[in-house]
Amino acid sequence: MSDKDKKRQEGWKQLPTGGTILEGGTAKKYKTGDWRNSRPVWNKDKCINCLRCWVYCPDSAIILKEGKVAGIDLEHCKGCGICSEECPVKPEKAIKMVPEKQKTEDRGQKTEKSDS
Amino acid sequence: MRQKLAITGNEAMAYAMKQINPDVVAAYPITPATEIVQIFSQYVADGEVDTEFVAVESEHSAMSATIGASAAGSRAMTATSSQGFALMWEMLYIASALRLPIVMPEVNRSLSAPINIHADHSDTMGARDSGWIQIYCENSQEAYDSLIQAVRIAEKCLLPIMVTIDGFIISHAMEVVETFDNKEVQDFIGKYKPAHPLLDVKNPITIGAIDFTDYYFEHKRSQIEAMNNVMPVILKIAGEFQKTFGRNYGLFEKYMLDDAETAIVVIGSTAGTAKAAVNNLRKQGKKVGLLKVRVFRPFPAKEISEALSKLKAVAILDRSAGINAYTAPLFTEISSALYTQGKNPKAVNYIYGLGGRDIFVKDIENVYKDLEKIAITGKVENLINYIGVRE
Amino acid sequence: MKKMVEIRWHGRGGQGAKTAALLFADSAMSSGKFIQAFPEYGPERMGAPVQSFDRLSDEPITVHCGVTSPDIVAILDPTLMATVDVTAGLTDDGIIIINTPLTPAEIRKEMGISGKKIFTVDASGISKSTLGKEIPNTPMLGALIKVSGLLDIEKVLDDTRKKLEKKFRTKPELIEGNIKAIRRAYEEVRGER
Repeated sequence: MSDKDKKRQEGWKQLPTGGTILEGGTAKKYKTGDWRNSRPVWNKDKCINCLRCWVYCPDSAIILKEGKVAGIDLEHCKGCGICSEECPVKPEKAIKMVPEKQKTEDRGQKTEKSDS
Repeated sequence: MRQKLAITGNEAMAYAMKQINPDVVAAYPITPATEIVQIFSQYVADGEVDTEFVAVESEHSAMSATIGASAAGSRAMTATSSQGFALMWEMLYIASALRLPIVMPEVNRSLSAPINIHADHSDTMGARDSGWIQIYCENSQEAYDSLIQAVRIAEKCLLPIMVTIDGFIISHAMEVVETFDNKEVQDFIGKYKPAHPLLDVKNPITIGAIDFTDYYFEHKRSQIEAMNNVMPVILKIAGEFQKTFGRNYGLFEKYMLDDAETAIVVIGSTAGTAKAAVNNLRKQGKKVGLLKVRVFRPFPAKEISEALSKLKAVAILDRSAGINAYTAPLFTEISSALYTQGKNPKAVNYIYGLGGRDIFVKDIENVYKDLEKIAITGKVENLINYIGVRE
Repeated sequence: MKKMVEIRWHGRGGQGAKTAALLFADSAMSSGKFIQAFPEYGPERMGAPVQSFDRLSDEPITVHCGVTSPDIVAILDPTLMATVDVTAGLTDDGIIIINTPLTPAEIRKEMGISGKKIFTVDASGISKSTLGKEIPNTPMLGALIKVSGLLDIEKVLDDTRKKLEKKFRTKPELIEGNIKAIRRAYEEVRGER
């Protein structure tokens, strides 16, 4: 992380009473994509849209569009590999794990919007 | 209609709870607070309150359920004593840190072992730094009045509050209590409007999230500040109470203190007994006084040290022992206040009444006798003394 | 009335010593007195000796310690006198009221009590004939009112009737029985000449 990305955290006077978080869905703001050392690669042509990856993904990082898999949210995907493990497509899985790249710009952390 | 009732301390607490008509009460009965829960559940069964009563399986659950109910946005109460209070321990801290305005009558009873059901202040004194506001009452009337005020204080400060009476001595003693009309009480406490109720699904929030090293300290600092701001609120609401109902309450009560040369500081029902001792000695021309601490948390350090500043000698009576502390809790607090405020009356600590050991007018007169000697010689021979324990 | 009157009740667990103290204080409050009533709490069992206390005053009562030198002792069960020091702390002109068919002179002789003022009333007998069972604490109230001279009997009976009417809506015979028991004990309590 470069110095310009570092921002001052709030002091105690700025915090909401009792440690309450005053909005929902804040987990979405917490980008965990950089926890990954291997990434899922989804093969649209092999995918049978069984949605097992979507069910099992602990980070809700499988993007659906109109009920079908549309991609992977690499901003939140931690690279656990469960999606690939659970993918039932044979002989070659529709999601394969590959080693992650070094540079942030190559990590693909811009994603398509999910409508799910 | 205001009426005078001959009722016990527990009945007074339960009656105030009925008039407060909380949304949720989750409680587990324990001696000597059993009757509060029992009488209140009867009100629920008879349809005299709108309360959802949750019969839980332990005090830990009682406090947990009360926390949940309060976080959900309801006016929530519970009641307990001694071991039950101790079982609530970890939840006490959660209630205060989540800034939930829970109101809890607590009947002071000793802690085991040895097992004992009688009055002392060990239970709530142990929780003096748990972030709860603590109001100790001398008698049933104070308990009734204070519980009604407590609702306002808690909801204004967003902090939990306990209102205590001495087990059996007050909880089971019948005295005359002036009670108010239901409507008067409701008008005084008003409607509770929670700022961020958990059940408001249109505005989702998270309560009780984890803090790492990055935010925990800030949240604690903000909780400390909330407690720092409590005293003016207590006084303001006491002022409104006096305007409406006539009786005057402060952070503490001064009895014959202003021109006194020696004085006793005490908490709870013994203050009443000490007043009788003061009256006797005043008739003999002795300049003795009394300071009864009502609000122990937050501790009115400046105000109390100012009130004690002109004394030659002061005895601080503790109904709990700081077993592994230098001195007992009230003494520790007051001596620290006096020192930091640069006030220097000779101070001496007396531990009394553990496990309900009775303390008589004569015992208190003897303390004043000791004080007279200290005032003359300027010497405190024994810093810590015990009243009524067999050698 | 002297500044503050203190009363100690002696009974056995289950005989209603606590209730007697509370009832008397309640009546006293209705008559405009400041009151306190409290039981002694210990390891209570049915039949074990127990005590309870009243304080009455024309001024607010602030003391919250136990009663050690009562002005009046009321004994619900005369068999207690053999094992409990019922006169403990009682001054020489203190009053003892005992539930017994015996006369004060007989009690004085039997128990070897010197000094004090002894009164007796057959509270058990009265309650058996007015209430059909042995509840000595109710008639003892009547005896206490007479002997102490602290309260007006008619006022107390009026007040008691009102309270009982609320409590025993479905058992009117109990209301009359209680009232009669108090009045009879008030009339039948005996002192020494």
